[in-house]
This record gives sequence, structure tokens and C-alpha cells, in this order.
Amino acid sequence: MSQDFEPTIIGFTCNWCSYRAADLAGTARLKYPPNIRLVRLMCSGRLDPTFVLKALAGGADGVLITGCHPGECHYLEQNYKALRRYLLLKRTLAQMGIEPERVKLVWASAAEGAKLADEITKMVAEVRAIGPLNWPRGDGVENIEQEDLTQSEFVPEEALA
Amino acid sequence: MTNNPASNDKQERIGVYVCHCGSNIAGTVDVEDVANWAGKQLQDQGVVIARDNKFMCSSSGQELIENDIKELGLTRVVVAACSPHLHEQTFRTACNRAGMNPYLCELVSIREQVSWVHTDKFAATEKSKAVVSGGVRRVVHHQPLEQLHVPIHPSTLVVGGGISGIQAALELADAGYPVYLVEREPSIGGHMAQFDKTFPTLDCSACILTPKMVSVGSHPKITLLTWSEVTQVEGYVGNFTVTIRKKARYVDDEICTGCGICQEKCPKKVIDQIYEAGLGYRKAIYTPFPQAVPKYPVIDRQNCIYFQKGTCKACEKFCPTNAIDFTQEDELITVQVGNIILATGYDLFDARRVSQYGYGRLANVFSNLEFERLSNAAGPTNGNIVLRDGVTVPKTVGIVHCVGSRDRNFNNYCSVICCMQGLKFAHIVHERTGATVYNFYIDMRTAYKAYDEFYQRVLEEGTLFVRGKVAEISDAARLPGEEGKLIIQVEDTLVGKQRRIPVDMVILSSGLEPRSDSKELAKLFGISCSADGWLIEKHPKLDPVATMTESVFIAGCVQGPKDIPASVVQGSASAARVLGRIQQGEIAIEPIRASVDEGKCSGCRICNDLCPFNAILFHADRKVTEINPALCQGCGTCIAACPAGAISGSGFSDIQVLSQIDGLLLLDIDHSTLTQAV
Repeated sequence: MSQDFEPTIIGFTCNWCSYRAADLAGTARLKYPPNIRLVRLMCSGRLDPTFVLKALAGGADGVLITGCHPGECHYLEQNYKALRRYLLLKRTLAQMGIEPERVKLVWASAAEGAKLADEITKMVAEVRAIGPLNWPRGDGVENIEQEDLTQSEFVPEEALA
Repeated sequence: MTNNPASNDKQERIGVYVCHCGSNIAGTVDVEDVANWAGKQLQDQGVVIARDNKFMCSSSGQELIENDIKELGLTRVVVAACSPHLHEQTFRTACNRAGMNPYLCELVSIREQVSWVHTDKFAATEKSKAVVSGGVRRVVHHQPLEQLHVPIHPSTLVVGGGISGIQAALELADAGYPVYLVEREPSIGGHMAQFDKTFPTLDCSACILTPKMVSVGSHPKITLLTWSEVTQVEGYVGNFTVTIRKKARYVDDEICTGCGICQEKCPKKVIDQIYEAGLGYRKAIYTPFPQAVPKYPVIDRQNCIYFQKGTCKACEKFCPTNAIDFTQEDELITVQVGNIILATGYDLFDARRVSQYGYGRLANVFSNLEFERLSNAAGPTNGNIVLRDGVTVPKTVGIVHCVGSRDRNFNNYCSVICCMQGLKFAHIVHERTGATVYNFYIDMRTAYKAYDEFYQRVLEEGTLFVRGKVAEISDAARLPGEEGKLIIQVEDTLVGKQRRIPVDMVILSSGLEPRSDSKELAKLFGISCSADGWLIEKHPKLDPVATMTESVFIAGCVQGPKDIPASVVQGSASAARVLGRIQQGEIAIEPIRASVDEGKCSGCRICNDLCPFNAILFHADRKVTEINPALCQGCGTCIAACPAGAISGSGFSDIQVLSQIDGLLLLDIDHSTLTQAV
């Protein structure tokens, strides 16, 4: 591992809470390392596990998933669904040999700019400590979305009718 | 909308605009470098022009974009500036003016998420490039969208009949629109109805409140539902179906004249914990106070002898109009409303939690609400300020500020009203009893009109002020003169000495707390509350009465501690916001919605249970699922769940998000070459 390794982390934020927490961290001029790059979703429930795999396959060393606190979801309860998927995803990732520190779920309300900045700082330090992911950048997940079932030879005609 | 992979090759013509925001961005990010880089390195992504500007949001900045759209034939625009929550609309509108669909414009944040949170200029510049690259990759896959227009129902639901809710209801009704005002207690009036005087003018609380209550009760446009609670909220922006549980009063309000004979004749006396703060009694059939609106009483089932033992019915026997109806049952009412205003107020901090102050244990330690009732001419002592024995007039009184507020053990926040309330109490005690009054404060906060003048007045009246947080209140006399007194142990921080001050009566200025059920309230109406439990406004300065949920507004103490004038202001403000919407007739909503490609849907029904808004319908005959765009709120949970990839979401499709991730990670791939190039 090189001495000056700087991890790249993709952060998924919810439009209603954690994205606003990130805005608040900015407005309050809090500081956190520049290693994180944020993607805005409407809800943590929108987080398709593919997004996480895509980020890791595309060169990210870690993924931070954020959403509203349980019970505070803008869409009532979708963060619970995000939580379920997250737990399942963690097990899958473990089987792929991905260290648990690399994918993390954090709740942050719109008022918690400081908490989000803190969590980002912590996560960057943790991933920096375990080093680069070094996943081969392949087509594994690259073309998942492009796959058109109607063109697939594995899908029998009747199933599509 | 579909995830058409071919859209990659559509050869979109993209313009990139990087904002300096004065020095807000340019101070930490080399803005010109970002623009130059985007112009060269992202050419293969379709970027045909990349510019930087001092203020992109200025009219000249917007014109720059508009001219480029027209002259260079841009088909997509990426603006790298502040948060989309600030200026997304600005740039979308600019694009629209130039003839481009506004949803083909993407605003990426390099201010809140880059320049303001990072210090290293090189790293911040590199990150900005990544953010721009993410935006460019994403915008290629944007689809032209049309805003959805939904009609706004002209009725409004106001929840909470305190001063804030009353104000909101009257403003709306006076403007000619129907209002449903729901209050959980038997009468409207809220906390203000319990007070004797209001600071700083000392006008009688009931005198200024009751005319408004009467207006609410008699207003033809207001449907007043007291002794009622909202149980269910369905629907969406501008069109809510609200279910209200009207609890059984056991009194027929069509027949009852409010004469009060039933209350006189009822044999069961109950300690009134709510209105009289535990100091006085009411009957089992009661109106909380004589000026209650509506005037009809309710029977408290838990304490009614008939309901508990099966005999009595004294009220029924004496009622001159036969209005008592023991068979009444709770009723569920469904109403249609377009907007909702929540004004459910606050709970008082329970001073028992500060055990060293002895409230609940030492008889003559009173809470602020108890003192309000004690000093109220209509209260249990007819306004006589006396000790718990009911006769002794106190000679010395200590008023303790910040009980439960500004205290790490309880609530960190300032409860706003307690300083002025403490001063008001000092004045009242002084005026009515001539007692010596001590005020124990940490900081005296008397901001706002005529408040500090009131403080000066109380100072001049001879109230003694001790700056210091009270450590303990006890009845353990140690020194001569302390026997039979309450001893207040405090560090006088202005003198720098510990003091023991014997008093006859202590009044605790307990702070305000969110309603104990504020989290359930927030959940019911689909809005969020802070960790403390106060409901969160859309913007703390610029949008204090709106919430993140369209068509749901908040007013008064439900949003945070505030005094009566501020609560009234918020009541009016929320009504003004609602009126604006009603008068528009319809509202434009973001076209961020999920839709099902029926050709791909396998009918597995995995998505069916995921939608909390019941927007997902399953057609059993065709074995496919459909999403109702009017009910869909656009969260995208079903999209992420669909194993067939049959559901897609406008504005946040898989291809958009995946492409953005690609773009954000672009820089790492070429990092070595880039650093050399820089």
C-alpha cells in the first residue's frame, strides 16, 4: 500500500435529509476531507444495490449510504427498506471479500450537518487505513442496465408474451 | 421514460457553466481551470462550450446560458454552482426561456459540497472537476419532462386551537375559504387561555383571546371540531383526505344550550390536571373554563359515576333540554382539504425531572403554569397569590429561570419566553402582595419590542436579581431565619459568592418542550422533526412556516419555542401561504415519478407492498403492475426493488445515476495524467 493513498468515496444522499445536511455543513463552513463525492437520490429507498457495486467496480474505495433517521422518512418508511437492502448487501459484499468498513450506512437529518461531516471524516480515515480496494475494473456491472430482456436468449418467448 | 442505452450516442450538445459565486467558490476552487478542463476533457462527452462567470445566477449569467442555447444550439446544460435547493429553479427557468425543456438542465453543487467544506485548493479543484464530470454524464440521459398540475382543494385543515391555530383559521375564513379546525381538548384557546396577564403590556390574556375564540365559534366558514383528533391523512399535495375521530361528548351539541346546570349538579369532583394545572377542580361533566368555545360540555368517561358504576345520571335528570346522550359513540369524519396547518403547540417541561428543585416534593415550589392559574382572577384562588395551604400570603418569593432549558442535562435550547414570564411574575407578585421578589437568572433575554423597557420597569419596582443558576432548593434550615422557609442555594456570579436565600414561595420557570407525541404527529402528516421533537421548517430563515412536504405548514410553538406575538405572526404567515396556493387554483409539482414498462413487468408483485402511498396497483387480469402518477411521490423505492428492471423513474433513472457515478469516478482513472497536465 502506498504511503500517500487517498481513498475515493461515493456518498449517496437523500434529497430531504442528508443532502440538506451536506448543504448545512457547507453553510456552516464545517470541514471534511475532499475524498467524498455525493450523489443525490430522492430517498435512501431509491438506492439500488447495483449503484453500490457500480461505484466499487468503477474505482471507489468505499461507499457511504445516508438517509433519514428511522421514523423520519420523508416518504414515511422507505428508509427501513433501504436498511433491509443494506443488511443484505453487506452479507453479499462480505462474500465478495469486501471489508465491512468500505460500505457504511449513516442516518443524518437535515439538521445534522455536523454529524454528516463527522461521519465522512471518520469513514475517509477508516478506508484510508485499510487501503485501496483494487477491484478489477470490468464489465461485471457495467452493462446491467443495458440488458434488454427481450433480446436475451435465456428468456423463453412465452415468458415475454 | 426508458433507459435507452442508445441515448449515449445521440450527440447531445452540452454547455457547462462554472460559477465563481464571488469568492465563495473561486476562493477555494480554481474555477477557470475547471471550466477549461471541462471544455477540453469532456468534449467526447458532448461538451461544446464551457464557461465561468462571476455570478451565474445574476441576470447576465443567465443570459449567457440563454444566448448559448440559442446560438450554439445546446441541447443540455450543466451549471456548477451552489446547491440545487437554492438555484435549480433559477437555471431551469433560464433554460426554459431560451426554449429548452427545463429538466434538461442539471445543477451540481461545488459550493456547499466543495468550496465551503474543503480548504486545499488543488483537491477542491479536482473534486469540482469530478462533480462537473458526473453532472455531464448524467445530463446526457435527462429526458424532457413536463410539470404535473394538480388542482388545489379550497378547504384547509388547521390542527390545534391555540392562538396560532385560531389566528390561521380566522385569516383563512375571513378570506372566504372553508376551514376545519381540529382541537383535542373540549375547548379551543390553548395555553393562552390559562394565562392571567400577557407580557409586556400586561393586558388580560382572556380579554384579548376570547373575542377571537368567539369569532372562530361563530364563523360561517369554520367547522370547529373540538374533542377530536386526526387519525389518518391520505392523499397528496393539494388534495388530502383526512379522517378525524370526533370523540363522544355524551352531549348532543344540536340541543345543548350551554346553560351549565349539568356541571352544577354533577356530584363528581375531579382534579383538573390540564386547565387548572392540578390546582383546581372540575366536574366529570365539564367545560374547561367559563368562556370555553364551544360552550357544550363533555363527559369525562373515566370519572363519570354513571359510566363507572352504572348509576347516577344526575346531569341527564337536570338537563332542561335533554341534551345528555349516554349512548353517543366516537364518530369518524372524513374531510377533503387542500392544505394543512399544524399548530399543536408545546408541552411544559416537567419540573419534577430537576429533582434538586423539589417540585412535587416541597409544597411551596410552584410551576409557572400553576402560578398562572394562581394569579388568574378566574383561577382556583380567585387571583389571590397564596401558599399551598390556600391562605398564607408569601412575604418573599424566588423565581427561578431556565428550568430544564439551557441545561445539558435536559434541553440545550433556550425556551425564549421564560425571562419575560419571570419578569411578569415578579411584577404581579410585587403588585398584589408587596412581597420581596428574587429572580434567579443565567442571562436576561429581553429582546423584541418593549420587552427591555418592561425589564427596566421591574428593576425599578425593586425586584432583586441574582445572576446564577440555582443549585438546590430545600427545606432543611441550617441558619437562623431559615426555619419553615424554602432555602435557595445559589452562586451569585456577579458577587462571586455562594448565597442561601430563604423564601416562602418558589416559582419555577419551566421551559417549553415539544408535545410528547410530536414524533407521531410528524409521521402522521409525513413531515420531519428535529432530534428534540420540534417540527422542521423548510428554511430556518426564508421559509419558516412551510415544511418539506408540500401543502403542509407549521405555525407557533410546534416549530420551536416562541411567545404569543411570534405565534400569531406564524399563524397569519401560514394562512397567507395557504391563501396564495388556493388562489392559484392549481399547483405545479415536480414530475419525478415512477412508471412501469408493462412489457418488462413479470407480475411478480415484489413492488406491490413497498409503496406507502398506495400508488401501485396490480392488474390481476393482465398480471402486470401499474403506478398511479397522481399518488406516486417519486421516492423510487419500487424502482430499486424491481428484479426485472421494469420500473423506471423520471429524473432519477438507473442510467442517470449510474452515469453520474461513472462521471464522479472519472478523475481517478486518469489521475496520473491529469496531475501532470496541471
